[in-house]
Amino acid sequence: MSHLAIVPLLLPLFTGIFLLLLREQRIYVKRAISGISSIALIAVAAKLLCTVSDGSILVYSLSNWPAPFGIVLMADRLAALLVLTTSLLSLFALVYGMRGTDRQGRQFHILFQLQLFGLNGAFLTADLFNLFVFFEVLLLASYSLLLHGGGRKRIRSGLHFVVINVVGSSLFLFAVGVLYGILGTLNMADMAVKVVHVSADNVGLVKAAALLLFVVFALKAALLPLYLWLPSAYSQTSAPAAALFAIMTKVGAYSILRVYTLVFGNEAGPFANLLDGWLLGMALATIVIGSFGLLGSKRLRQQVAYLVVISAGTLLTGFSLESPAGIAAGLYYLPHTTFAAAALFLLADLIVQRRDQMEDRLEAGLVITRQKFLGATFFILAIIASGLPPLSGFIGKFMLLRAALEHPALPYIMAIILANGLLTVIAMARTGTLFFFEAHAVDTSTNTYIKQGEPEPLRVRELLPILSLLSLCVLMTFWAGPINSYCLDTASQLLDTPSYIHAVLGKVEQ
Amino acid sequence: MEALISILIGILTAGGVYLCLRSHTFPVVLGLTLLSYAVNLFLFMMGRLVIGKPPIISEQAGSYADPLPQALVLTAIVISFAMTAYIIVLALKARTEMGNDHVDGKEVR
Repeated sequence: MSHLAIVPLLLPLFTGIFLLLLREQRIYVKRAISGISSIALIAVAAKLLCTVSDGSILVYSLSNWPAPFGIVLMADRLAALLVLTTSLLSLFALVYGMRGTDRQGRQFHILFQLQLFGLNGAFLTADLFNLFVFFEVLLLASYSLLLHGGGRKRIRSGLHFVVINVVGSSLFLFAVGVLYGILGTLNMADMAVKVVHVSADNVGLVKAAALLLFVVFALKAALLPLYLWLPSAYSQTSAPAAALFAIMTKVGAYSILRVYTLVFGNEAGPFANLLDGWLLGMALATIVIGSFGLLGSKRLRQQVAYLVVISAGTLLTGFSLESPAGIAAGLYYLPHTTFAAAALFLLADLIVQRRDQMEDRLEAGLVITRQKFLGATFFILAIIASGLPPLSGFIGKFMLLRAALEHPALPYIMAIILANGLLTVIAMARTGTLFFFEAHAVDTSTNTYIKQGEPEPLRVRELLPILSLLSLCVLMTFWAGPINSYCLDTASQLLDTPSYIHAVLGKVEQ
Repeated sequence: MEALISILIGILTAGGVYLCLRSHTFPVVLGLTLLSYAVNLFLFMMGRLVIGKPPIISEQAGSYADPLPQALVLTAIVISFAMTAYIIVLALKARTEMGNDHVDGKEVR
């Protein structure tokens, strides 16, 4: 049995524990260990992706207990893609954190690694209760990362974030309890087998539990009625944490995709395609509300947070088309939007520092230092985020719309996605104009907005993450062909549930 | 017995939901605690109520109590315990930072 599937979990976990022992050490030691671990994680994730890209499913039974009895980890194309996205994102968020955020509290690197542990665990587990545990791991780490650095507003939005997620966890447990009580298993492959044979009087109960589970995942993914925690939490936290959190809503989207294709998918008998008609409407409504939020925002970071909401809606639109092409479009859109949102959060932080009291309020202020460079970066990122040609956002949306051509709800999908693109362009153009074009030159008599005597040069630690995330989006444009075919393979692997069930349960079934 | 336990879980959940919707942090924390009690009991009951049976298959006993929900509920208890501790500290911090214990940080009069 190959141990590759468990390495993306153990690496951040052990690094986190090791860093805990080194708490009293100098910051450089912690930075080095954390950085090396993140680079190693990328290598492991890339290896994992190469291993599973031929369509094989890696199954890792912990302690060698056979599948439905023991806990199983599983890596297929989808899990490998998300682990790689997470690891790439985390390295750049971490490098940006090294410019000073990690000095604001001793535990930054520990929490960061534990958050990665939780994220990778959620992507790689094949067990519903284990998914709950990894959700809690990543949430506990994210609560502390969110509040890292402290401050009044951060604590207020943090309190809301924690309370709503604790309630979400309770709902998750209720759903898990009902499903276990009726199906007698929590292994997702085994659940997919058992769910077909549910007796008629229990169908309602299982449906209720399945939809309760959907509520929890929708909360994590920030779908329409449950997105309200996101804008304030994400816009108040520190930049590296916000950048890393760009992947957190995707955990919810991933869980929806996994559970509702595998357990309640095409072949689930009375529960086949349980979410049909719900998911698409909610995803589209999320895009609409997100666009209004984007236009109504008064701060740049709030705008980026709404872009995260919109991206969740967009990729769930892709997932809800139920066709391989739709899922593939969503999967292409997922890494692109994660990188773009993270880069925008980091860039917003650079802008905030240069505007002093103005912070990122959408008002014309004084000319900021390095404005040409920052303005150009903002311009490219805005193109990527709003889906204008020629960069990856355009390809993602184009694939999505092409996949929707056959769908009966095509007019709505087309109208909402395109209108959202237009509104995003307007909002980003307004922000860019206010920050960079309408900024007035320094008036020495009222020089209150920029720090005096500080030219604030851009350092490698600030530039490297933003430019790397940006170039990842550009690379996704150039490699759109191979990535698209990988996403299509992933989608067909997801919809082919019997082979997944066979891979996980294998010998037991025969 | 089943009815009694169900009513108990129902009351705990109802109390938890009501308290969660209050406007001050202390009732909210209590509400989350009640909710976690309710969910722990609920998970435990999902192995069905069995009295005086070992949690392992043995020929003498004839039947068994499902051990898995007991393991699940242990995990859930530990997690909810940690969450409650964290949220109490956070509520206290919010109280000192914002000067009152309203969940939005401002008293509505």
